[in-house]
Amino acid sequence: MTEAAQKKTPLYDEHVRLGAKMIPFGDWIMPVQYSGIIDEHQAVRKNVGVFDISHMGQLVATGQRAGAWLNEMLTNNIDKLEAGTGQYTLLLNDRGGIIDDLIVYRTAPETFLLVVNASRVDEDFAWLQKHLGDNGTLENRSADYGGLAIQGPRIVDLLQAMIGTDAELPARNQIKDFDFEGIKLTIARTGYTGEDGVEVFFAARDAAKVWNAILEKGKDLGIRPCGLGSRDTLRLEMCYPLNGSDLSPEHNPIEAGLGFFVDLKKPKFVGREVLADAKEKGTANRLIAFRMKSKGPPPRPHYSVWREGERIGEVTSGSLSPSLNEGIGMAYVAAAHAKVGTEIEIEVRDRKLPAVIEKKPLYKKS
Amino acid sequence: MNVPDDLRYAESHEWVRVEGENARVGITDHAQAELTDVVYVELPKIGAKATAKNQIAVVESVKAASDIYAPVSGTVVEVNKALEGNPALVNTEPFGEGWIFVLKMDSADEVKQLKDAAGYRQQIG
Repeated sequence: MTEAAQKKTPLYDEHVRLGAKMIPFGDWIMPVQYSGIIDEHQAVRKNVGVFDISHMGQLVATGQRAGAWLNEMLTNNIDKLEAGTGQYTLLLNDRGGIIDDLIVYRTAPETFLLVVNASRVDEDFAWLQKHLGDNGTLENRSADYGGLAIQGPRIVDLLQAMIGTDAELPARNQIKDFDFEGIKLTIARTGYTGEDGVEVFFAARDAAKVWNAILEKGKDLGIRPCGLGSRDTLRLEMCYPLNGSDLSPEHNPIEAGLGFFVDLKKPKFVGREVLADAKEKGTANRLIAFRMKSKGPPPRPHYSVWREGERIGEVTSGSLSPSLNEGIGMAYVAAAHAKVGTEIEIEVRDRKLPAVIEKKPLYKKS
Repeated sequence: MNVPDDLRYAESHEWVRVEGENARVGITDHAQAELTDVVYVELPKIGAKATAKNQIAVVESVKAASDIYAPVSGTVVEVNKALEGNPALVNTEPFGEGWIFVLKMDSADEVKQLKDAAGYRQQIG
């Protein structure tokens, strides 16, 4: 891929100015790290870190029937959402395979904001558009918005420094608008790190101003700009799946262990029959979390998983865990071998190294 | 970026320090900065035969595993055991305590085909 073909977020110049290492990420060129993945990871676990998520997509559905329609397109139950709240949910194909995982917010009684993965914006939009019929309007607003994830235990101090100590912050999974020096900030109490934190959306033209204000106000709190590298290690410690690695159209949410976000009580939604069947009969494979039992090379995607001489699956995500200082990962393995506590082996180059299947999440806050 | 004048360099970012008939090998400051936090080094085995430009070791950062190539042909006579406990030495002292292995060279001629410091500086811009 040529540099010219790569999309830049409105914060590209800021990343370069801060000395970030920039890498291609799908169609985008994104910061993978600034000070270092481990340093940024620790900043989020101990203080606070800020990530550019402007590459993520925003789709907006509106209309009297939009909620009922989305409830037939997504796995979770939208009827549980009051205005100003959001939920994690999945968009499936007709075979129950995962097109995307996303958060849907009910920003007003008849308005829904879908925040989707960067690499799936066009596909999600086309799929939804195809099924929209006369159920309302659907807009792809991805280019209009910049976004930041601000994550870590000192988030409340930071937000209060930005928007005032008397501002009532959104509770977990809530979304609210605030004013910051004339800029509208839409703040959701959500994240992908396992820490308290928010995801903030604003007009793309205001991105640099918001970014720099956050870094400035966060200085005394130990804030770090954070890249995709630490975003990945933080989410993997929590066993949050990454679409394209742990999730794909070849796997359904039951196999991926995301049954909690599938409401089979809903009479109708795309993929429902397949999932009801999978839930009843069980699936051939399960997405498990594992930990390496000794120091050594970290597990990586596509490494084989073995048990007693039999190849039982393949790693989908793997890394050194900066918090635990050991190799961790997730893998699809045959359901018969998926029990927590099962001893497995990960094939690294020419060796098979011992690992054990662990309960999710792999990292628990002490 | 530090590029010491007394070393020779492979295009694949390994450095070589000639010590008599031996060659001490590590990765350059530029390479460690590109790889970022090194968390594991897979050392070659003592006695292993190395062929120039063939993979001989692996350096792993948080994000990825990267192959290390033998800059010259020879036999592995020493490996840096300190990296087993402290792989980050590759980042902090790439030309010193972060060396990776020592080869007994098959021939001293191959070293001459490697770049000098000026040539390597030009390569990395």
